[in-house]
Amino acid sequence: MSDTPHISRRGFLRAAALVPAAGALAACATPAAPPAATSSSAPVATSAANPFGVAADKPLEVWIFDGGFGQDYAKNIHQPLFKTKYANVEIKHNATKEITKVLQPRFAGGNPPEVIDNSGANFIDFGALSQDGQLQDLTPLLDAPSWDDPNTKVRDTIDPSVIEIGTYDGKFSVLGYVNYIHGIWYSQKVFRDNGWQIPKTWDEFIALCETIKKSGKMAPFTYAGKFPQYLYEPLLTMAAKIGGNEVLVNIDNLEDGAWTTEAMKSAATAWAEVGAKYLMEGTTGLDHVQTQTAQNKYKVAMLPSGSWLENEQKTTTPPDFEYGMFPIPDVTGSDKMPYGTLHTQPGENFIVSAKSPHPQAGMEYLRAMLSKKAAGDFSALVRTMTVVKGATEGKDISPGVTSASKAVADAGTNAVYYRWNNWYGPLKDEAIAATGQLMSGGLTPDKYLERIQKKADEIKNDSSIKKYKR
Amino acid sequence: MIFNRYRRGLFITSFLAAPVILYVVYVISPYIQAFYIAMTDWRGVSAMPRFIGLDNFERLLDDEKFWLAVTHNGVLLLLLPLITIVIALFFAFLLNVGGGHGGRKGIWGSKFYRVLFFFPQILAVAVVAVLFQQAFRPDASGMVNAPLMALGIKPIGFLSEPAVAFWSVLGVMIWQAVGFYVVLFSAGLASIPRDMFEAAQIDGAGRISLFIRVTLPLLWDTVQVAWIYLGILALDVFAIVWVMTDQHGGPDSSTTVMAAEIYRNAFHYSYFGYASALGVVMFFFTIGFAILALRLSRRERIEYQ
Repeated sequence: MSDTPHISRRGFLRAAALVPAAGALAACATPAAPPAATSSSAPVATSAANPFGVAADKPLEVWIFDGGFGQDYAKNIHQPLFKTKYANVEIKHNATKEITKVLQPRFAGGNPPEVIDNSGANFIDFGALSQDGQLQDLTPLLDAPSWDDPNTKVRDTIDPSVIEIGTYDGKFSVLGYVNYIHGIWYSQKVFRDNGWQIPKTWDEFIALCETIKKSGKMAPFTYAGKFPQYLYEPLLTMAAKIGGNEVLVNIDNLEDGAWTTEAMKSAATAWAEVGAKYLMEGTTGLDHVQTQTAQNKYKVAMLPSGSWLENEQKTTTPPDFEYGMFPIPDVTGSDKMPYGTLHTQPGENFIVSAKSPHPQAGMEYLRAMLSKKAAGDFSALVRTMTVVKGATEGKDISPGVTSASKAVADAGTNAVYYRWNNWYGPLKDEAIAATGQLMSGGLTPDKYLERIQKKADEIKNDSSIKKYKR
Repeated sequence: MIFNRYRRGLFITSFLAAPVILYVVYVISPYIQAFYIAMTDWRGVSAMPRFIGLDNFERLLDDEKFWLAVTHNGVLLLLLPLITIVIALFFAFLLNVGGGHGGRKGIWGSKFYRVLFFFPQILAVAVVAVLFQQAFRPDASGMVNAPLMALGIKPIGFLSEPAVAFWSVLGVMIWQAVGFYVVLFSAGLASIPRDMFEAAQIDGAGRISLFIRVTLPLLWDTVQVAWIYLGILALDVFAIVWVMTDQHGGPDSSTTVMAAEIYRNAFHYSYFGYASALGVVMFFFTIGFAILALRLSRRERIEYQ
């Protein structure tokens, strides 16, 4: 490896700027080693109050994905809290909607920032980061005392799925901060006014769709047609409910025939029927904002989404709309998982760069974020739940969050999730395209599953793609 | 004498040095780097990409999506110049020659139309893309579908029907390109001597034969230039597809193009090495087209006195 000629864009440009005439082409073959890590100064002693050894006067650079949650939570909640302990650590706050474009060159150049909220449509591939040793091992964070209570470890204050999902190559290195709860969202007011009941079985769900359709008041169902991933979510959750959690585990592990199981067939058939009969007109050409706004305008009754929905729609939601959420109904009567089974998944992924100048401060920043105060204030500000247990206790929160947290409590241990879509980008794109076709009738349920299975097999047989297991 | 020539050479070199260096550093060297990166498995974050030879190019041969994208570029390469040039010629003729008697006047209101046709050209591509995203909306808020719905016709999924979406993209590209070529052809028409039209008219040529027998042959040079420009536009189309279509080249890859696949592999999947390989292939397609176009367009010119 070491004698392979290599280039780094930054190093190259720097060289090119210094010796424009003569060195320009020669620089191509000149190895440009990344700048040596600047953390050469003597390590700071650790203590219970400063478990990672944060240097008191070394700056900390934070990059926030400026998306649905904005960036105010970082500036006004997390950073002031961090400052209470480390007044002399200068926090360089930054925000962007394009994480990859802005930060990928920083990684390639060897000087990444400490804390990154690696989220949004253009996040940097976690697999690529992990493969390259760019992710700080956050296990010390789990074993450190929590911000609030020196006798409790951080590990015990957060949802255990965070650790499982945030583990790459055997190291816990990605902290999902927000607990996304997926379900079917509706207006509690609309359901109350019309006497519509939450469907407990799929037959009731179809009957409800029929009732709503006949009432002529609104369309029964819609989803973000331009982004069919909004629809494969309930489809997969339904399959897990019918066939048990292993349906999703097998899909994640790229097992042979994982997509074409009976449970997947039942789920695909069920949703194809909704696609054929009960969609709001024009659904396939509308995006999430347009369909969600249609729901706010009482043009459609239900749509699949997650617990970020209420915050995302706060400017268009009528004051008495009262968001509510219900889980996937029972499908077969002999479903392997009980009613109330939920898809919950930590998201809004924070990482600390291993090769940054001050990773200790990065971990300490995450520890501050996981305090009850930081998490509770975050939930109140952006109307969503965090992975910190009990952070919303005693807070005045919105109807949607209340409904979602109740669903989580009801689900208990019956929570499922999947990760293939984050692990294998091309498989995700294939599933998105195919799901759009399934819902618009371009693919039968069988053909739909075969098509995704084919892509999954392709990836499985491609030795150049790094594989993950759960 | 020799000294003078030497000084002259030095003088010219000193002026050329800056642009040539800039060109080498910012254009040529990234190209060379791309060729190198194409032979690595670089995922964008490592400072040490692994050299894997031609593996990326082998993989590319089986990449159905990329070849679908190439087909789309191919169809665009055929249709975009053809349709755009036909429409632009027709408009330019009407605006400059086609009106009334005398042969050199446009139809009524031609000055207004000239501005109108050029208007799409001054809009940024991203603006056009977002504009048409709204115009193509499949509900009553969509400018194109609203009248259809008012007539009781089901709305057309201009961007959501895989069978329709590609033609929507082509339509938008033509809409945006036509204005520029109307102006280009108008300029070409202006340089044709007036007596040619007058002579033809005296011989009894109508509008149609005036167009086919006089205008078109004398504009042939300009048409060829337009064809090359539009061909390049068709090969490196990106922003319209990326911004306007669902799933960046969808639905179901029905509108994807080479540049979109390169971007997707680089910035969505972090396969920078593979994306560079796609870029290298696209580079050769473009170079090939340019050589072909220049060969075909070698032709004797007509000199006016």
